Amino acid sequence: MIDFELTPKDRELLEAIRREALVARGYARHYDENEHEFPPDELPEAKDFPSVFSLFAGRGKEDTGMGVMSMLLTAGQTWGDYSVRMRRGKGGLGNAALRAAGTLAQQEKWKDLTLAMAITEPGCGSDPSAVQMTAVLDGEEWVLNGEKIFVTTGCRADGVVVWATIDKAAGRAGIKSFLVEKGTPGFIVAHKEKKLGIRADDTAAYVFKDCRIPRANLLGGEETIPKAGSGGFRGVMKTFNMTRPAVAAIGLGIAEAALDFTRDQLREVGIEIEYGGGMGSQSAVVRRFQRLEALYEAAMLTVLHAAYLSDHAKPNNTEASIAKAKGGSAVREITQGCIEILGPLGVSRDHLLEKWFRDVRITDIYEGTGQIQRLIIARDILGYSSAQLR
Amino acid sequence: MISFGPTEEQSVAREAMREFATRAMRPIARECDETASVPEKFLQSVWELGLTATQIPEAYGGAGEARSPVTNALVLEELAYGDVSLALAALTPSLFANVILDLGSEEQKQAYLPLFGGERFHAASLAMIEPSPAFDVLSTRTAAEPKGEGFVLSGRKSFVPLGDRASHFLVVARGGAGFGFDALDAFIVPRDAQGLTIAEPEKNLGLRALTTVGLVLDRVELPAAARLGGERGIDARRLVNASRAALAIALTGLARAVSEYCIPYAKDRVAFGEAIAKKQAIAFGLADMRIETDAMRHLAWKAASQLEHGLDATKSAQLARDYAAEECMKIADNGVQVLGGHGYIREHPVEMWYRNARTLGVLEGTVTL
Repeated sequence: MIDFELTPKDRELLEAIRREALVARGYARHYDENEHEFPPDELPEAKDFPSVFSLFAGRGKEDTGMGVMSMLLTAGQTWGDYSVRMRRGKGGLGNAALRAAGTLAQQEKWKDLTLAMAITEPGCGSDPSAVQMTAVLDGEEWVLNGEKIFVTTGCRADGVVVWATIDKAAGRAGIKSFLVEKGTPGFIVAHKEKKLGIRADDTAAYVFKDCRIPRANLLGGEETIPKAGSGGFRGVMKTFNMTRPAVAAIGLGIAEAALDFTRDQLREVGIEIEYGGGMGSQSAVVRRFQRLEALYEAAMLTVLHAAYLSDHAKPNNTEASIAKAKGGSAVREITQGCIEILGPLGVSRDHLLEKWFRDVRITDIYEGTGQIQRLIIARDILGYSSAQLR
Repeated sequence: MISFGPTEEQSVAREAMREFATRAMRPIARECDETASVPEKFLQSVWELGLTATQIPEAYGGAGEARSPVTNALVLEELAYGDVSLALAALTPSLFANVILDLGSEEQKQAYLPLFGGERFHAASLAMIEPSPAFDVLSTRTAAEPKGEGFVLSGRKSFVPLGDRASHFLVVARGGAGFGFDALDAFIVPRDAQGLTIAEPEKNLGLRALTTVGLVLDRVELPAAARLGGERGIDARRLVNASRAALAIALTGLARAVSEYCIPYAKDRVAFGEAIAKKQAIAFGLADMRIETDAMRHLAWKAASQLEHGLDATKSAQLARDYAAEECMKIADNGVQVLGGHGYIREHPVEMWYRNARTLGVLEGTVTL
């Protein structure tokens, strides 16, 4: 049945997340202005907030599916702040890659590590098949050489899943992923990146200089080597299908905070956002605000739709890209529009709106830019392969 | 529980309508547009699908299936995908019947719903729009003054679907003072009411196959029983919200028609040695059509689902309709651009959809769920 109502258990969970998020928001400005610091793994207030995990118990078939719910919970957290959490969870993107592409033995061996994922290089972003970093087999060890940037959770992680080529001439087929643990000689965390927004976020740059790792650290094992285009590359690309809607949800949580703030500020000067009227009975400010709200709703529903399909084990490659593309453009327009509505108040660093405007801008870039998402969608609706539509 | 899954029956209904739209609507759409008319044969064939009668309880002569704005939304998207003008014509009886069903008094249901249980297409309509710039239902000027036990209606209406043949009109009018929803009422006005003048069919930019008329109400005297909902009157939000949600899903169907037409065209059309679909300038535009059509549908579904639960859908219906009107217009606009010169020629349906998108986007009160 098509339905959009939350159940009481859904609400309970979301409200608990919101309460925590509001506490986290209190730290938002500090960590934005002090980029070199990392928010703590647990906020001092955590003792007053019992873990929300207990609320997951007793959820039934009548409650919203876990994929859809996780999108709402993600947005609920970032509604507070992008980076600060009541309690920081373990794990990073590399853990998802390990689950998707690692052998059972590898999954068992590294299951307790927080793993970052390093793909982007100074000269390659959207086209990961252009990876320059090399891996050369020398006896029972791989020798890694190259540079990686924009590594999320890169400073805190215990290790990283890194993409490198074992055969540049083979192009995409030569790219494999390797697991490198922190402390391995030749693996250098160069610095934390300085960014427009999400400043408290842990984004690192890595250098690998004759870094030697065991032969068994090739993700997926050596059977991935002879089969062109399989294993490593495809396996890891699959992880994006699950994370694209989540990235959109992250941005949309922040966009909702911007809308809430703008609505409250307008109310203080006597402008109520009322629904029901049309062009003839509403002010331009109200109509502008409602357009931004509609964008938020539309984008959030595309996210929930992609997650719904995943919950029901249906293919969602295109829908995941739709969610990411729509979310990425919606959050830009929403935060830009909120500042436009509030004017000078919107750009003041006394308020968080200007920070949210900076924070959300990454949404349309990482995990595949808006253009890349459109390429994926276009290929699907046109029935073109990646070679036919580049 | 948040869910995007239609029920089994809904999927079946949607498939049947999709087939009907392709077989019975697409082939006649152009001619209906050119001649500004709907063939009786088409209306009759649609009538036999039971769109209006299915959800009327058996006690009032219907088929007695559960009233479901969500099912109606799924059906309407498909019909609008076939041709939106013909879809609105086919659903005009529901514009009267569904509102009576949702908001009418027991006596009104007994008196009027059986009109729709017969074998022949029966037209009755809703008169909401008025001929004033930036018309908005909250600024309705048609007034209902109490007189004795009854009311006197005065005002002007326009864009009344199938007004040329409707047996009855539901006329939206302002009963009380002020301009809010609470001041709005609706009245059942028979075609032969004293003081009611039905104008010649209007000549419109789009939706040309859908005959619309203007009404002039010159002190039309009505008994108390003509007031929709009886003494309680109505919550006009319900009427307006259902209309807006319907408009949003109709616009979704229209947008989908445009985007699905552009895809084979762009793959076929060669420029500079390759299909134009292989150029990102075109391909990204087609991707955006898909993104926005999905978004429009989700918003419309949400509003329809709230209506089905009996919740206040004022916000969701307004957001859905405004969003769909804007995005459908962009999609139709881009559709003409993808076809280039061919988009401007009446051999292709795209110019018609371009006109229809602009027209439909401003016409709430012409379709409901």
